[in-house]
Amino acid sequence: MSALIELAGFSKNFGSSLVLQDIDLKVREGEVVVILGPSGCGKSTLLRCLNGLELGHAGTYRFAGRELPANTDWRLVRQQIGMVFQSYHLFPHMSVLDNILLGPLSVQKRPLQQARAQAETLLARVGLLDKRDAYPRELSGGQQQRIAIVRALCMNPKVMLFDEVTAALDPEMVKEVLEVILDLTRSGMTLLIVTHEMAFARAVADRILFMDGGRIAEQSAPETFFSSPQTARAQQFLEKFSYVENLPKRNAS
Amino acid sequence: MASSGLELLWVSAPQLATGIGRTLGISALAIVFSSVGGLIYGVLRNLGIRWLDLILLVYLELFRAIPVLVWLYLFFFGLPIFFGWSIQGFWCAVLVLSLWGASEAGEVVRGALRSLPRGQREAGLAIGLDLPRLYGKVLLPQALRRMTAPMINVFTRLIKTSSLAVLIGVVDVIKIGQQIIERTYESVLIYGFLFVFFFLACYPLSAASRVLERRWNHS
Repeated sequence: MSALIELAGFSKNFGSSLVLQDIDLKVREGEVVVILGPSGCGKSTLLRCLNGLELGHAGTYRFAGRELPANTDWRLVRQQIGMVFQSYHLFPHMSVLDNILLGPLSVQKRPLQQARAQAETLLARVGLLDKRDAYPRELSGGQQQRIAIVRALCMNPKVMLFDEVTAALDPEMVKEVLEVILDLTRSGMTLLIVTHEMAFARAVADRILFMDGGRIAEQSAPETFFSSPQTARAQQFLEKFSYVENLPKRNAS
Repeated sequence: MASSGLELLWVSAPQLATGIGRTLGISALAIVFSSVGGLIYGVLRNLGIRWLDLILLVYLELFRAIPVLVWLYLFFFGLPIFFGWSIQGFWCAVLVLSLWGASEAGEVVRGALRSLPRGQREAGLAIGLDLPRLYGKVLLPQALRRMTAPMINVFTRLIKTSSLAVLIGVVDVIKIGQQIIERTYESVLIYGFLFVFFFLACYPLSAASRVLERRWNHS
């Protein structure tokens, strides 16, 4: 299978601080890559560089086999890359259906009937068809996030980027969003997922990417990563997540 | 007295009407041009292009720091002297008020756009919107709700400030009133009339802004 996304020596800085250093990454079509790492390690920035919300300073980026030059028309690339954000960012002045159809109609110029039919199929798939005429403020966080996923999917992207999409949700709503993502992994969609849901990462990832200090510190299969991380930094990171689990029980005798 | 007062207003009605027409004409044109100019200014400032920001900032500070009256004189007397363009008082007032109003309205638009969550812009870009559609369909419709009240404030100030046009020879409603007073000494009656007139010109705007705000808060 060919590489859909290919970064080589990719770097990015904000002023004098390097946020991405010398990133080499290949993502095949249909692959599910989960990116883990401590806050500020550059994982969100990496996603945002892939659809041009941030621009790199060095290195090359090939998408679907074509190298993207400095003067790339990002609008064309973005139509093939769906992105879902931590705080959903639905357009509050538009109904659910209008949110979803803005891209397909005004960017891709697709016929209304056909785009609308697809939107409704996708809404049904995430269990929210009855909310098509609602406004974002009438929906729960989990519902809004599922709509945001549909909004991205309705552009028929080649890849979906998930940037900590459950981090702002109540625990009860995390599940409904993760189920939608799980469903996507089964459909063969290429996914790049930034998350702090370790168990979920372990369950859906084809590959774990562990980032630290703007570099890819470790890349491995999920089982390898979680059972025997190769780097000390990754071990430390995983220990923090198992800390609560391993606390002695108060009433243990 | 009361009957003679009403009689005076009745007799002066045609004359007052021409003044009202000029005042409302200057105000309405300035409001339209200020809105369009302000929208352009606000969006351009929001793009974050440094050299453009600098130019717009100079424009803003000039119109903020220098009284409208000085601008009126500068254009009315300056344009013919320096460029050989003679300009009618009416159009000079429209031009200066529009430039001033656009700077004020522009800051309102800029502030409203800035107050939107950054994610709105990114979500719009992420689905491939170009800048005209990003602003036209996503950002400005949201900003509009936040700028109604301060925008109406700019409009009412434009209506009131239009009275400065008297000083470059425009015979607006206030000048007409003064002419009538000079002839009849009915200052209380005429200023009373002007009071009511300006109130009636401005009040519907603030009432409308309250209605819009209430409606948008509910929906």
